[in-house]
Amino acid sequence: MSKFKKKSSASQDIPTAALPDIIFMLLFFFMVTTVMREQEILVKQILPKADQLSKIQKKSLVSHIYIGEPKNVGTYGSEPRIQTNDVFMVPDELTLFVNQEKDKLSEAERDRITMALNIDSEVKMGIVSDVEQTLRKSNARKILYKSLKGLEE
Amino acid sequence: MARNKERGTPEVSSGSMADIAFLLLIFFLVTTTIANDKGILMQLPPPPEPDQPEIIFQERNIFKILANSNDQLLVENEPYNKPMSELKEEVKDFVLNFGDPNQDGVDTYNSLPSQMKSRAKQSSESSDHPGKAVVSFKANRGTSYELYIDVLDAVQAAYNEIYAERVGISAQEFLQLDQSKDVEKRMYQQARAGIPKAISIAEPDK
Repeated sequence: MSKFKKKSSASQDIPTAALPDIIFMLLFFFMVTTVMREQEILVKQILPKADQLSKIQKKSLVSHIYIGEPKNVGTYGSEPRIQTNDVFMVPDELTLFVNQEKDKLSEAERDRITMALNIDSEVKMGIVSDVEQTLRKSNARKILYKSLKGLEE
Repeated sequence: MARNKERGTPEVSSGSMADIAFLLLIFFLVTTTIANDKGILMQLPPPPEPDQPEIIFQERNIFKILANSNDQLLVENEPYNKPMSELKEEVKDFVLNFGDPNQDGVDTYNSLPSQMKSRAKQSSESSDHPGKAVVSFKANRGTSYELYIDVLDAVQAAYNEIYAERVGISAQEFLQLDQSKDVEKRMYQQARAGIPKAISIAEPDK
Protein backbone atom coordinates (compact mmCIF):
# COMPACT_ATOMS: atom_id res chain seq x y z
CA MET A 1 0.00 0.00 0.00
CA SER A 2 2.75 2.36 0.88
CA LYS A 3 3.96 2.17 -2.65
CA PHE A 4 0.68 3.44 -3.94
CA LYS A 5 0.64 6.25 -1.46
CA LYS A 6 3.97 7.44 -2.69
CA LYS A 7 2.69 7.53 -6.20
CA SER A 8 -0.38 9.50 -5.31
CA SER A 9 1.74 12.16 -3.82
CA ALA A 10 3.23 12.81 -7.25
CA SER A 11 1.64 15.36 -9.52
CA GLN A 12 -1.63 14.15 -10.95
CA ASP A 13 -1.63 16.26 -14.11
CA ILE A 14 -2.27 14.38 -17.29
CA PRO A 15 -0.08 15.84 -19.97
CA THR A 16 -2.44 17.40 -22.46
CA ALA A 17 0.17 18.55 -24.91
CA ALA A 18 -0.65 15.76 -27.32
CA LEU A 19 -4.38 16.32 -27.10
CA PRO A 20 -4.61 18.67 -30.09
CA ASP A 21 -2.73 16.16 -32.17
CA ILE A 22 -5.10 13.39 -31.27
CA ILE A 23 -8.11 15.54 -32.00
CA PHE A 24 -6.60 16.64 -35.29
CA MET A 25 -6.07 13.05 -36.25
CA LEU A 26 -9.73 12.28 -35.60
CA LEU A 27 -10.67 15.44 -37.43
CA PHE A 28 -8.72 14.45 -40.51
CA PHE A 29 -10.27 11.02 -40.45
CA PHE A 30 -13.76 12.46 -40.53
CA MET A 31 -12.82 15.10 -43.07
CA VAL A 32 -11.54 12.43 -45.41
CA THR A 33 -14.46 10.07 -44.97
CA THR A 34 -17.15 12.70 -45.15
CA VAL A 35 -19.13 12.79 -48.32
CA MET A 36 -21.20 15.90 -48.40
CA ARG A 37 -24.67 15.14 -49.62
CA GLU A 38 -24.92 16.77 -52.97
CA GLN A 39 -28.63 16.35 -53.21
CA GLU A 40 -31.57 16.60 -50.96
CA ILE A 41 -33.75 13.55 -50.82
CA LEU A 42 -37.35 14.55 -51.20
CA VAL A 43 -38.91 11.18 -50.48
CA LYS A 44 -39.21 9.10 -47.37
CA GLN A 45 -36.46 6.58 -47.04
CA ILE A 46 -36.79 3.73 -44.64
CA LEU A 47 -34.84 1.02 -46.36
CA PRO A 48 -35.85 -2.61 -45.91
CA LYS A 49 -33.65 -5.00 -43.99
CA ALA A 50 -31.94 -7.91 -45.64
CA ASP A 51 -29.14 -10.33 -44.98
CA GLN A 52 -27.50 -11.19 -48.26
CA LEU A 53 -25.84 -7.89 -48.97
CA SER A 54 -23.14 -7.38 -51.52
CA LYS A 55 -20.88 -4.42 -51.59
CA ILE A 56 -20.32 -2.38 -54.70
CA GLN A 57 -16.78 -2.70 -55.93
CA LYS A 58 -16.61 0.56 -57.81
CA LYS A 59 -18.59 3.50 -56.54
CA SER A 60 -18.23 5.62 -59.65
CA LEU A 61 -20.38 3.15 -61.55
CA VAL A 62 -23.35 3.66 -59.27
CA SER A 63 -26.30 5.94 -59.94
CA HIS A 64 -29.01 6.40 -57.40
CA ILE A 65 -32.74 6.33 -57.85
CA TYR A 66 -34.97 7.12 -54.88
CA ILE A 67 -38.52 5.93 -54.62
CA GLY A 68 -40.90 6.66 -51.79
CA GLU A 69 -43.73 8.77 -50.52
CA PRO A 70 -42.82 12.48 -50.82
CA LYS A 71 -41.81 14.09 -47.55
CA ASN A 72 -43.78 17.16 -48.47
CA VAL A 73 -47.18 15.57 -48.84
CA GLY A 74 -48.92 18.93 -49.14
CA THR A 75 -47.11 19.84 -52.34
CA TYR A 76 -46.47 16.51 -54.00
CA GLY A 77 -49.25 14.27 -52.76
CA SER A 78 -48.90 10.98 -50.95
CA GLU A 79 -48.39 8.67 -53.92
CA PRO A 80 -44.85 7.25 -54.11
CA ARG A 81 -42.65 9.19 -56.50
CA ILE A 82 -39.37 8.54 -58.24
CA GLN A 83 -36.56 10.94 -57.55
CA THR A 84 -33.29 11.20 -59.42
CA ASN A 85 -30.83 13.97 -58.70
CA ASP A 86 -33.17 16.74 -57.58
CA VAL A 87 -36.29 16.12 -59.58
CA PHE A 88 -39.28 13.85 -59.58
CA MET A 89 -39.76 11.72 -62.64
CA VAL A 90 -42.26 9.42 -64.20
CA PRO A 91 -40.90 5.95 -65.03
CA ASP A 92 -40.63 6.67 -68.77
CA GLU A 93 -38.29 9.60 -68.20
CA LEU A 94 -35.78 7.32 -66.55
CA THR A 95 -34.35 6.34 -69.93
CA LEU A 96 -33.08 9.87 -70.30
CA PHE A 97 -31.60 9.79 -66.82
CA VAL A 98 -29.86 6.47 -67.51
CA ASN A 99 -28.36 7.86 -70.71
CA GLN A 100 -27.15 10.98 -68.90
CA GLU A 101 -25.52 8.84 -66.25
CA LYS A 102 -23.96 6.60 -68.87
CA ASP A 103 -22.51 9.60 -70.65
CA LYS A 104 -20.57 10.45 -67.51
CA LEU A 105 -18.75 7.14 -67.67
CA SER A 106 -16.05 6.10 -70.06
CA GLU A 107 -16.93 3.97 -73.05
CA ALA A 108 -15.65 0.75 -71.54
CA GLU A 109 -17.52 1.14 -68.29
CA ARG A 110 -20.90 2.03 -69.72
CA ASP A 111 -22.23 -1.48 -69.68
CA ARG A 112 -21.24 -1.95 -66.09
CA ILE A 113 -23.37 0.86 -64.74
CA THR A 114 -25.22 -0.15 -61.59
CA MET A 115 -28.50 1.45 -60.65
CA ALA A 116 -28.94 1.61 -56.90
CA LEU A 117 -32.62 1.55 -56.08
CA ASN A 118 -33.25 3.25 -52.76
CA ILE A 119 -36.80 2.23 -52.16
CA ASP A 120 -38.82 2.92 -49.07
CA SER A 121 -40.12 -0.30 -47.56
CA GLU A 122 -43.72 0.89 -47.67
CA VAL A 123 -43.77 1.32 -51.42
CA LYS A 124 -45.87 -1.13 -53.42
CA MET A 125 -44.33 -3.25 -56.15
CA GLY A 126 -46.22 -1.58 -59.01
CA ILE A 127 -44.01 1.46 -59.30
CA VAL A 128 -40.91 -0.60 -58.61
CA SER A 129 -41.65 -2.89 -61.50
CA ASP A 130 -42.37 0.05 -63.80
CA VAL A 131 -38.91 1.34 -62.98
CA GLU A 132 -37.38 -2.08 -63.56
CA GLN A 133 -39.04 -2.43 -66.96
CA THR A 134 -37.73 0.96 -68.01
CA LEU A 135 -34.24 0.08 -66.82
CA ARG A 136 -34.41 -3.13 -68.81
CA LYS A 137 -35.32 -1.21 -71.93
CA SER A 138 -32.62 1.39 -71.38
CA ASN A 139 -30.07 -1.36 -70.94
CA ALA A 140 -29.02 -0.61 -67.37
CA ARG A 141 -29.67 -4.08 -66.19
CA LYS A 142 -27.46 -4.27 -63.15
CA ILE A 143 -29.47 -3.16 -60.20
CA LEU A 144 -28.89 -3.03 -56.51
CA TYR A 145 -31.76 -3.04 -54.08
CA LYS A 146 -30.26 -0.90 -51.36
CA SER A 147 -31.01 -2.37 -47.98
CA LEU A 148 -29.73 -2.31 -44.48
CA LYS A 149 -28.06 -5.11 -42.65
CA GLY A 150 -30.54 -6.78 -40.37
CA LEU A 151 -30.86 -10.29 -39.09
CA GLU A 152 -33.85 -12.13 -40.39
CA GLU A 153 -36.33 -12.82 -37.69
CA MET B 1 0.86 43.65 -24.34
CA ALA B 2 3.35 46.23 -25.41
CA ARG B 3 5.77 45.09 -22.79
CA ASN B 4 5.55 41.56 -24.04
CA LYS B 5 6.59 42.63 -27.49
CA GLU B 6 9.57 44.42 -26.16
CA ARG B 7 10.72 41.41 -24.29
CA GLY B 8 10.65 39.46 -27.54
CA THR B 9 8.87 36.32 -26.50
CA PRO B 10 6.54 35.74 -29.41
CA GLU B 11 4.66 32.74 -28.13
CA VAL B 12 1.31 31.80 -29.57
CA SER B 13 -0.76 30.21 -26.91
CA SER B 14 -1.78 26.82 -28.14
CA GLY B 15 -4.05 26.01 -25.27
CA SER B 16 -7.20 26.67 -27.24
CA MET B 17 -5.98 24.67 -30.20
CA ALA B 18 -7.68 21.57 -28.86
CA ASP B 19 -10.93 23.47 -28.50
CA ILE B 20 -10.83 24.70 -32.07
CA ALA B 21 -10.05 21.23 -33.30
CA PHE B 22 -12.85 19.84 -31.20
CA LEU B 23 -15.27 22.27 -32.73
CA LEU B 24 -14.27 21.24 -36.23
CA LEU B 25 -14.38 17.60 -35.22
CA ILE B 26 -17.88 17.89 -33.91
CA PHE B 27 -18.96 19.66 -37.07
CA PHE B 28 -17.67 16.83 -39.22
CA LEU B 29 -19.06 14.20 -36.86
CA VAL B 30 -22.50 15.69 -37.26
CA THR B 31 -22.38 16.15 -41.02
CA THR B 32 -20.85 12.78 -41.79
CA THR B 33 -23.09 10.15 -43.23
CA ILE B 34 -21.09 7.00 -43.63
CA ALA B 35 -22.11 5.86 -47.07
CA ASN B 36 -23.55 2.40 -47.11
CA ASP B 37 -23.61 1.23 -50.67
CA LYS B 38 -24.80 -2.19 -49.80
CA GLY B 39 -27.72 -4.14 -51.05
CA ILE B 40 -29.00 -7.09 -52.99
CA LEU B 41 -27.46 -7.25 -56.43
CA MET B 42 -29.66 -8.44 -59.24
CA GLN B 43 -29.22 -8.70 -62.96
CA LEU B 44 -32.32 -7.87 -64.95
CA PRO B 45 -33.03 -9.91 -68.08
CA PRO B 46 -32.56 -8.25 -71.46
CA PRO B 47 -35.65 -6.55 -72.86
CA PRO B 48 -38.05 -8.93 -74.57
CA GLU B 49 -37.77 -9.22 -78.30
CA PRO B 50 -40.96 -9.37 -80.33
CA ASP B 51 -40.27 -12.68 -82.05
CA GLN B 52 -38.72 -14.41 -79.09
CA PRO B 53 -39.66 -18.06 -78.89
CA GLU B 54 -41.16 -19.02 -75.59
CA ILE B 55 -38.91 -21.23 -73.54
CA ILE B 56 -40.81 -24.06 -72.00
CA PHE B 57 -39.68 -25.35 -68.66
CA GLN B 58 -40.92 -28.51 -67.13
CA GLU B 59 -43.17 -27.88 -64.19
CA ARG B 60 -40.92 -29.76 -61.79
CA ASN B 61 -37.94 -27.60 -62.65
CA ILE B 62 -39.63 -24.42 -61.52
CA PHE B 63 -40.00 -23.44 -57.89
CA LYS B 64 -42.91 -21.07 -57.95
CA ILE B 65 -43.36 -18.29 -55.43
CA LEU B 66 -46.32 -15.98 -55.81
CA ALA B 67 -47.22 -12.97 -53.70
CA ASN B 68 -50.57 -11.22 -53.78
CA SER B 69 -51.55 -7.69 -52.91
CA ASN B 70 -52.32 -8.66 -49.30
CA ASP B 71 -48.75 -9.82 -48.84
CA GLN B 72 -49.77 -13.47 -48.75
CA LEU B 73 -47.48 -16.02 -50.29
CA LEU B 74 -48.24 -18.99 -52.46
CA VAL B 75 -45.29 -21.35 -52.66
CA GLU B 76 -45.51 -24.34 -55.02
CA ASN B 77 -49.28 -23.81 -55.15
CA GLU B 78 -49.69 -23.99 -51.38
CA PRO B 79 -50.46 -21.04 -49.10
CA TYR B 80 -47.36 -20.26 -47.13
CA ASN B 81 -47.21 -18.95 -43.58
CA LYS B 82 -43.89 -20.23 -42.37
CA PRO B 83 -40.94 -17.94 -41.66
CA MET B 84 -38.50 -17.00 -44.38
CA SER B 85 -35.79 -19.27 -43.01
CA GLU B 86 -38.04 -22.24 -43.86
CA LEU B 87 -38.49 -20.93 -47.37
CA LYS B 88 -34.75 -20.77 -47.71
CA GLU B 89 -34.40 -24.44 -46.74
CA GLU B 90 -37.11 -25.42 -49.22
CA VAL B 91 -35.33 -23.60 -52.01
CA LYS B 92 -32.09 -25.35 -51.08
CA ASP B 93 -33.82 -28.74 -51.15
CA PHE B 94 -35.35 -27.88 -54.50
CA VAL B 95 -32.06 -26.85 -56.10
CA LEU B 96 -30.13 -29.82 -54.73
CA ASN B 97 -32.77 -32.41 -55.59
CA PHE B 98 -31.00 -34.15 -58.51
CA GLY B 99 -34.16 -35.94 -59.62
CA ASP B 100 -32.97 -36.83 -63.08
CA PRO B 101 -29.45 -35.45 -63.59
CA ASN B 102 -27.73 -35.41 -66.97
CA GLN B 103 -23.96 -35.84 -67.28
CA ASP B 104 -23.23 -32.28 -66.08
CA GLY B 105 -25.61 -32.80 -63.21
CA VAL B 106 -23.83 -35.98 -62.16
CA ASP B 107 -20.50 -34.16 -62.31
CA THR B 108 -21.90 -31.39 -60.15
CA TYR B 109 -23.27 -33.93 -57.71
CA ASN B 110 -19.92 -35.68 -57.42
CA SER B 111 -18.19 -32.40 -56.67
CA LEU B 112 -20.40 -31.68 -53.66
CA PRO B 113 -19.23 -32.34 -50.11
CA SER B 114 -20.85 -35.34 -48.47
CA GLN B 115 -23.25 -33.50 -46.16
CA MET B 116 -24.69 -31.71 -49.19
CA LYS B 117 -25.09 -34.96 -51.10
CA SER B 118 -27.42 -36.14 -48.40
CA ARG B 119 -29.75 -33.26 -49.27
CA ALA B 120 -30.43 -34.78 -52.68
CA LYS B 121 -33.79 -36.47 -52.25
CA GLN B 122 -33.99 -37.40 -55.94
CA SER B 123 -37.70 -36.81 -55.91
CA SER B 124 -39.35 -36.92 -59.32
CA GLU B 125 -41.56 -33.98 -58.29
CA SER B 126 -38.65 -31.60 -57.87
CA SER B 127 -35.83 -30.30 -60.06
CA ASP B 128 -33.81 -32.57 -62.36
CA HIS B 129 -30.48 -31.00 -61.46
CA PRO B 130 -29.22 -27.55 -60.39
CA GLY B 131 -28.43 -26.57 -63.97
CA LYS B 132 -32.10 -26.78 -64.82
CA ALA B 133 -33.65 -25.52 -61.59
CA VAL B 134 -35.29 -22.10 -61.77
CA VAL B 135 -36.74 -20.21 -58.86
CA SER B 136 -39.56 -18.08 -60.15
CA PHE B 137 -40.93 -15.22 -58.08
CA LYS B 138 -43.93 -13.26 -59.16
CA ALA B 139 -45.32 -10.38 -57.17
CA ASN B 140 -48.47 -8.38 -57.59
CA ARG B 141 -48.44 -4.64 -58.18
CA GLY B 142 -49.92 -4.27 -54.73
CA THR B 143 -47.33 -6.40 -52.95
CA SER B 144 -45.25 -4.41 -50.52
CA TYR B 145 -41.63 -3.85 -51.37
CA GLU B 146 -40.67 -5.10 -47.93
CA LEU B 147 -42.10 -8.56 -48.58
CA TYR B 148 -40.50 -8.58 -52.01
CA ILE B 149 -37.09 -7.95 -50.49
CA ASP B 150 -37.71 -10.53 -47.76
CA VAL B 151 -38.46 -13.24 -50.31
CA LEU B 152 -35.66 -12.18 -52.62
CA ASP B 153 -33.30 -12.20 -49.66
CA ALA B 154 -34.39 -15.71 -48.67
CA VAL B 155 -33.86 -17.06 -52.19
CA GLN B 156 -30.51 -15.33 -52.47
CA ALA B 157 -29.57 -16.74 -49.08
CA ALA B 158 -30.44 -20.26 -50.25
CA TYR B 159 -28.14 -19.98 -53.25
CA ASN B 160 -25.37 -18.25 -51.34
CA GLU B 161 -25.44 -20.90 -48.64
CA ILE B 162 -25.21 -23.63 -51.25
CA TYR B 163 -22.22 -21.93 -52.84
CA ALA B 164 -20.58 -21.24 -49.52
CA GLU B 165 -21.06 -24.75 -48.19
CA ARG B 166 -19.53 -26.13 -51.35
CA VAL B 167 -16.23 -24.42 -50.72
CA GLY B 168 -16.45 -24.73 -46.96
CA ILE B 169 -17.01 -21.13 -45.87
CA SER B 170 -19.94 -19.26 -44.38
CA ALA B 171 -22.46 -17.43 -46.55
CA GLN B 172 -21.27 -14.05 -45.30
CA GLU B 173 -17.69 -14.95 -46.17
CA PHE B 174 -18.85 -16.01 -49.60
CA LEU B 175 -20.50 -12.64 -50.18
CA GLN B 176 -17.32 -10.88 -49.21
CA LEU B 177 -15.11 -12.77 -51.67
CA ASP B 178 -13.06 -10.25 -53.56
CA GLN B 179 -13.12 -11.00 -57.27
CA SER B 180 -9.95 -9.05 -57.88
CA LYS B 181 -7.87 -11.55 -55.95
CA ASP B 182 -6.92 -14.70 -57.79
CA VAL B 183 -7.39 -17.16 -54.95
CA GLU B 184 -10.79 -15.78 -54.01
CA LYS B 185 -11.93 -15.58 -57.61
CA ARG B 186 -11.07 -19.22 -58.15
CA MET B 187 -12.97 -20.12 -55.00
CA TYR B 188 -15.96 -18.15 -56.28
CA GLN B 189 -15.90 -19.86 -59.64
CA GLN B 190 -15.49 -23.26 -58.05
CA ALA B 191 -18.49 -22.59 -55.84
CA ARG B 192 -20.71 -21.52 -58.70
CA ALA B 193 -19.67 -24.13 -61.26
CA GLY B 194 -22.65 -26.16 -62.42
CA ILE B 195 -25.15 -24.37 -60.19
CA PRO B 196 -26.35 -21.22 -61.92
CA LYS B 197 -28.21 -18.70 -59.80
CA ALA B 198 -31.44 -18.88 -61.73
CA ILE B 199 -33.84 -16.47 -60.09
CA SER B 200 -36.58 -15.35 -62.39
CA ILE B 201 -38.53 -12.27 -61.38
CA ALA B 202 -41.70 -12.19 -63.39
CA GLU B 203 -43.44 -8.97 -64.28
CA PRO B 204 -46.19 -8.37 -61.72
CA ASP B 205 -49.87 -8.78 -62.44
CA LYS B 206 -51.91 -5.70 -62.98
